[in-house]
Amino acid sequence: MSKLQLITKGLIKENPTFVLILGMCPTLATTTSAMNGMGMGLATLFVLVLSNMAISATAPYIPDKVRIPAYIVIIAAFVTILQFIMQAYTPAMYETLGLFIPLIVVNCIVLGRAEAFANKNSVIDSACDGLGIGIGFTLALTVLGLVREIIGSGSAFGFKFISGDGILVFVLAPGAFLALGYLIVLFRKLTDKK
Amino acid sequence: MEYLIIIISAIFVNNILLAQFLGCCPFLGVSNKLSTAVGMSGAVCFVITLATLVTYLLQYYVLVPLHIEFMQTISFILVIAALVQMVEIVLKKVSPSLYQALGIFLPLITTNCAVLGVALIVVTKEFTFGGEPHMLNLAESVVYAFATSVGFGVAMILFAGLREQLALNKVPKAFQGIPIALITASILALAFMGFSGLV
Repeated sequence: MSKLQLITKGLIKENPTFVLILGMCPTLATTTSAMNGMGMGLATLFVLVLSNMAISATAPYIPDKVRIPAYIVIIAAFVTILQFIMQAYTPAMYETLGLFIPLIVVNCIVLGRAEAFANKNSVIDSACDGLGIGIGFTLALTVLGLVREIIGSGSAFGFKFISGDGILVFVLAPGAFLALGYLIVLFRKLTDKK
Repeated sequence: MEYLIIIISAIFVNNILLAQFLGCCPFLGVSNKLSTAVGMSGAVCFVITLATLVTYLLQYYVLVPLHIEFMQTISFILVIAALVQMVEIVLKKVSPSLYQALGIFLPLITTNCAVLGVALIVVTKEFTFGGEPHMLNLAESVVYAFATSVGFGVAMILFAGLREQLALNKVPKAFQGIPIALITASILALAFMGFSGLV
């Protein structure tokens, strides 16, 4: 597979949110607006690319029996670095995403890519794979956030285009489940036709 | 009285699955059958309570005195992973029947974000149960963790019951599997919103 294919397959064919249905917790919890969704996606992208590279580089030296704890420690280290970076440069976003930044450690997408791809491929390939899946995740979260923001508060990326409130329930918990459910259906319909 | 407020609030008002979205993977993954949902809930209940107790002690007796709070994420996940492994070994030796019931779920729980989530919530968030905002003390933390995991169980078992009924119905092709489950979860979450403002 070429490098480009590795990156593009994460967008549609193996989209982590709409096809593989992984990493549901941050997907549902942080997409109250398009901006928050994108922030969460980019944070995950950062950890995913770096942990994929580190795991692919160290995999030959890690004994098979303790590989999962070892991967988790590597991922947790990058998440801690991310926490420092976000605290320093994007404190507002760090505050909004809150708990879900440290919870990237237990995001099944990151561990899943380590186990399914990074530990048996080269560093460059693993970086491309992480980039592709990360971009797919970011796009999915941005779209979900955008849908919820438009319906829920009548704005897009913070720009309000209707006066008054939207259908508030879409910003709350039930709307997250509902919007994601219908988006997956839409995604399946669209990709089926091709 | 305060403990009662913690319990009601954690189970119904701020349900971990339907209001806080922690632990959605098992919620969608193993809720096909009622029996597995019960097993998973039992295992989660056990691990969350124990993990919160241990990480609470770790936070206030190791990390804070040494001023290495930034090691929180790494140390918590390591402790939880080790704890789950230990629980598995002890359970196998002490109570084979309980191990039979919960065993297969235990390895999955390490990466259940509800466990790490609750452990982080009790040491980072201020609560206002019965008066002034304050950090939870040890007893409150354990009660909160236990009640939260009961809330997980309640939502999980209700949802599994719904999905078992749903499996008997005809669902359009594009909706099959996860989408219809998500839409069902949405209605369940809507029902749980009725509890808001209770405490």
